[in-house]
Amino acid sequence: MRIEFDEPKCVAAGQCAMVAPGVFDQRDDDGVAIVLDATPGPERFDEVREAAAVCPAAAIRLVEA
Amino acid sequence: MNRIVVVGASAAGLAAAETLRREGFAGSLTLIGEEIDPPYDRPPLSKQILASTWDAERLALRTLDQLTALRLDLRLGARATGLDRQERTVRLSDGTDVPYDGLIVATGVRPCRLPGPGAHVLRTVKDALALRRTLRPGTRLAIVGAGFLGAECAAVARGLGCEVVLLEPAPVPLAHAVGERIGQVLSQAHRDHGVDLRTGVTVTGVTGAGVSIEDGEPVAADEVLVAIGSRPNTEWLESSGLTLDDGVVCDEYSAAAPEIYAAGDVARWHNPLFGVPMRIEHRTNAAEQGMAAARNLLNPAARKPFAPVPYFWSDQYDLKFHAYGYLRGHDVAEVVEGSLADRRFLAAYRKDDRVVGALAVGMPPKAIRPWRQAIALSTAWKDLR
Repeated sequence: MRIEFDEPKCVAAGQCAMVAPGVFDQRDDDGVAIVLDATPGPERFDEVREAAAVCPAAAIRLVEA
Repeated sequence: MNRIVVVGASAAGLAAAETLRREGFAGSLTLIGEEIDPPYDRPPLSKQILASTWDAERLALRTLDQLTALRLDLRLGARATGLDRQERTVRLSDGTDVPYDGLIVATGVRPCRLPGPGAHVLRTVKDALALRRTLRPGTRLAIVGAGFLGAECAAVARGLGCEVVLLEPAPVPLAHAVGERIGQVLSQAHRDHGVDLRTGVTVTGVTGAGVSIEDGEPVAADEVLVAIGSRPNTEWLESSGLTLDDGVVCDEYSAAAPEIYAAGDVARWHNPLFGVPMRIEHRTNAAEQGMAAARNLLNPAARKPFAPVPYFWSDQYDLKFHAYGYLRGHDVAEVVEGSLADRRFLAAYRKDDRVVGALAVGMPPKAIRPWRQAIALSTAWKDLR
């Protein structure tokens, strides 16, 4: 799995960092998301899929093998 | 369960359809959408689309490949007109009946209007593009309603050089939602940016030359935008026997009946976290409730109550709001960090003895997170202050 993040779309909601805290975080100044691990291991697939699904800006796209 | 029908192809309906497939549902899955466009995102309509910083193509919630992978029976440009629960069919505007074993209702809302011709509303991409075409430097725009939608449009229109009159019946915009003092901060932001904000003004209709005002002089305008709230799209369910009360009434699982769930703007469900029924027109709720409804429909033996902390954001001028919880009907709003004068603050909202909401402007995420957590845990006010 590879995470593609469309940063200009991000609205800084922080839903991703809440659902998958090891994979996403937020910048301190404006809350825009940061991808900590763009190729997470299988143990994190469920939470990453959840994060992509709840992103209110549809800014997270998953490319799955 | 072999056939699931999702009525409504926007954020909630799409989230439900995706979740059904992700959770392993392999049967036939019909997604019905009244608009002809594939699922697209609405929050940017009053922001980047109106400002012309994005093309409409950027609104697509999924690529065609992603939609294809869901193996949908996708019916776009089709409106649901009736529900027969005996036969278990959804009647469409073209006269066809779509059979279901499980149903998810995500038909959303439509804007309220005022009497008279020619006014804009803003709900669909078509609405946004029609309004955008009229906004030029010097265009006189009257916006009826200073809620979040009206306020965002006022900010964008000022950025485009329009003359903006913002008309609001309440003495302070959004006071019922965010509290009076924060409502006043928002009012000041409008005035600082040259918006002619008039409060305590009741608009009675659209005249073709502007709007008419109760007990007052008409307001002249080239264009009128009516942003006075929305109504749930439930007329098609009126003879279904489902309980309708400003939305489809659901239990804490988002169920309206054993085989029927509702999600998104149209659903009024009992949120056990706050102990009250609520209908939430927020983008994040649409996705979360669509997912919850799909899971509960698929796994009746392992249903989970839908108990979210509602969240919304709003962009106005250089201000970005993040609001968590259920602010309506709060007893007290108190600034707990920063200051209103700097327009950089975090306000907490109390109802009875617990914290029910938080609203942040210009605060770092780590300042906001503990408050969101406190709301999710129903924390007592005295333990935070």
